[in-house]
Amino acid sequence: MSCTEPRDLVHAYLDRELDLEKSLEMEQHFKDCATCSGAHEGGRELRHVLSEGGLYFRAPAALRTRTRALIQGPAERAQRSRSFAWRTMALGVPLALAAVLALTLVPLLKSPMTDDLVADEIVSGHVRSLMATHLTDVASSDKHTVKPWFEGKLDFAPTVVDLADRGFPLLGGRLDYIDDHSVAALVYQRRKHFINVFVWPSTTEGDLGERRSSRHGFNVIHWNAAEMTYWTVSDVSVSELEEFAGIVRERIASPPG
Amino acid sequence: MQSDQRSIQSSAKITQLTPPVARTAFEASVLPHLDAAYNLARWLLRNEDDAEDVVQDSYIKAFRFYDGFRGGNSRSWLLTIVRNACYTWLRQARPEDVTVPFDEDVHGRDSGGGPEADVLRSANAQSLKDALERLPIGLREAIVLRELEGLSYAEIAAVADIPIGTVMSRLSRSRKRLREFLSARAGQEISS
Repeated sequence: MSCTEPRDLVHAYLDRELDLEKSLEMEQHFKDCATCSGAHEGGRELRHVLSEGGLYFRAPAALRTRTRALIQGPAERAQRSRSFAWRTMALGVPLALAAVLALTLVPLLKSPMTDDLVADEIVSGHVRSLMATHLTDVASSDKHTVKPWFEGKLDFAPTVVDLADRGFPLLGGRLDYIDDHSVAALVYQRRKHFINVFVWPSTTEGDLGERRSSRHGFNVIHWNAAEMTYWTVSDVSVSELEEFAGIVRERIASPPG
Repeated sequence: MQSDQRSIQSSAKITQLTPPVARTAFEASVLPHLDAAYNLARWLLRNEDDAEDVVQDSYIKAFRFYDGFRGGNSRSWLLTIVRNACYTWLRQARPEDVTVPFDEDVHGRDSGGGPEADVLRSANAQSLKDALERLPIGLREAIVLRELEGLSYAEIAAVADIPIGTVMSRLSRSRKRLREFLSARAGQEISS
């Protein structure tokens, strides 16, 4: 069967780079064209084996230590022992940044915090969870283990959904502190990237839709649903985080089974 | 290590002149992308030790030029610096790595799915690594940034300094070549 679609479009579809109209066209085209649907399947399969293939090289610990030392000033280095400095920085840097931002903006600040400031805290919380190797307090891919763990630690019960079947396995949960609240942080994975979902009771009414932003190379999506507020953050692409947020919203609204 | 000492001393001059607030901002926005920087350098240079050296130099450079960074996507910004440093390093040490031409304009025809899916599923870590390392550098960087780092086409275009259309065609060709290599490798294993 011959086909006039440029083959590259199959890849743009695979990478979620097409607009809605063109995506729908491609989906229709896959039904009619065995070559293109085969190429699409092949591409998906390849993506799967690449993500599972152990191909991501994380920076060695020695490089991490050295790079930190390069950037940290010599005076500070003399004052602190290496491991102490490491730990303080891991926790301190995002907090310090948040503090600097908070202090400069205090006169402008009304309670509750503006979305922009919360987004800063969300990104700091995400970075903190990666840097301090304190990703989860309860490490489990089982929502029936993660959900009960929050009981007694929070004054609300977050809904925990498992998304492994959609390519976002649950890694566990953690307590965090955002916008003057103790909040639930749920951690998911996409390839070698981590996604944090922060959840706490909403102070505003109604579903205002999704709000997207990005800072420091991290993407952030925020929405309210069922009297809870949700913030999700990761360094995966915007389109993947949108896909993730869409699935979370869908699952929370109507959990399967 | 001697080279580390040198780097630390040379950077001491930089950090002394940098106000603490800028340093804190740098630590918060650029340091978290160390894994991404190292992964890209490792795949472009195909060597762990060289990748460490180039990443360290890139961070010194990034720190020095941080004043010129006006917000936005700090990961893409850092990866652009790392990518350029890798190319500069290769031009001096292994020019053949960056001069091997590849057919930029030929749009490949993919074969279908079928039995090839089984071939992909049975590919082991070593053959996947070999397949990626054999790609010409321009195809390799596109697929690494997309599949391992999850960058959008626009971000890849910015990092690799190529038009978005070229990103799309490079990804198409990388995937085609990876699948062909893995099929051929599986064929050899069966016949040997």
